[in-house]
Amino acid sequence: MTAALTYSPRAHDDHPPFLYSDYRSTVKRAPTHDLIAIVQTLTETTGPGPGWSELSDDDADLTTNAGTGGEAIGQRSIITGRVLDENGRPLPDTLIEIWQANACGRYVHWRETAFPAPLDPNFLGVGQTRTNSDGEYRFVTIKPGPYPWGNHPNAWRPAHIHFSLMGPSIATRLVTQMYFPDDPLFALDPIFQSVPEHARARLIATYDHDVTIENWALGYRWDIVLRGSGVGT
Amino acid sequence: MTALRQTPSQTVGPYFTMRLSAEGENVLTSPETAGERIRIVGRVLDGSRQHIEDALIELWQADSNGRYHHPADDRADVPADPAFTGFGRCASDFKTGAYSFATVKPGPVPHPGGGMQAPHISLTIQARGMLNPTYTRIYFDDEAAANEADPVLLSVPASRRSTLIASRVGDADSSVPTYEFDIRYQGDDETVFFDV
Repeated sequence: MTAALTYSPRAHDDHPPFLYSDYRSTVKRAPTHDLIAIVQTLTETTGPGPGWSELSDDDADLTTNAGTGGEAIGQRSIITGRVLDENGRPLPDTLIEIWQANACGRYVHWRETAFPAPLDPNFLGVGQTRTNSDGEYRFVTIKPGPYPWGNHPNAWRPAHIHFSLMGPSIATRLVTQMYFPDDPLFALDPIFQSVPEHARARLIATYDHDVTIENWALGYRWDIVLRGSGVGT
Repeated sequence: MTALRQTPSQTVGPYFTMRLSAEGENVLTSPETAGERIRIVGRVLDGSRQHIEDALIELWQADSNGRYHHPADDRADVPADPAFTGFGRCASDFKTGAYSFATVKPGPVPHPGGGMQAPHISLTIQARGMLNPTYTRIYFDDEAAANEADPVLLSVPASRRSTLIASRVGDADSSVPTYEFDIRYQGDDETVFFDV
């Protein structure tokens, strides 16, 4: 058999631990045995990314994709960036799926019952797009609001957008959250704080005045880096 | 050589079903799909053996020929089934933690060290309270000979291998073979999770 494509290891020191007790829900849901290292086989070096993306519609404007003919209320914001691998190679045709709260911090979800913030009939809070040939993506949305949660007394999540990327294989699967600059809730949020300190800045978008459109929307730039591939030895 | 650093993982949270699961995404078969139909059923359980009501389970597998629907699997001698993607998603049931997939029994796929792997399915599990995805594999209890030679199973301590093997169960509701595979976090019988 010829040398096979493999992916660089998951950089565990750059990701949160499984158990981060300040985030209480991790206490009963974190594995307690060590993970068992696997020699990557075709099972791990393939994945649904390339095929699955064909199943999705392009729908990258969350301010209008509720389909009501009306526009979502909130600070119109452009989120753009590139999806790269660790070798700096752009990853084209990569599906990105996002979900978020509305400008008041309310999700369109049946479990969201405790927070008496209004829903916006013109905002669903879901979107998807694929990266272009240079690995670039672009969403138009509204900036989500912070919202309270039950982790501890007076707990509030910083404003964030959930991002899901398949990448080229199941080894590159990434679900994460993008945050906005200078949020005063960072220091108080155990989910953000669970990321090792040296890596936290990678989750925060940068305000980019070149992305901002005059009299229309603020612009943010956020690049996403997935595990790199190479030919294994 | 790596020049950039990986973007850190964050939890999928309680609201992922807004985007990441839809009705029917746990059914991988169509009338045209080749191979033996099977069902996978199970529950996702936490360290107190309470059900995890908001887990996202993603399934990835080869088709009945053992071929992956992906450009990296370019073996010309193994035909690909055009009526099978190999991918499914299921959100666990809010009240019971149950999940299920309707799929086909995967064929064997090669191991880079030589030989064939036993038929298996990859699962990636995420949930509120999980800051990283967890990866596991489903093997089948009616493939004992293949399992005994599987290099991945053999890399797992013998005492824990049973957590990776789905059991054929009777299922009055189903006309196809049904295999049960619970996913357990913590405890002596914790499911084996892999660092892929």
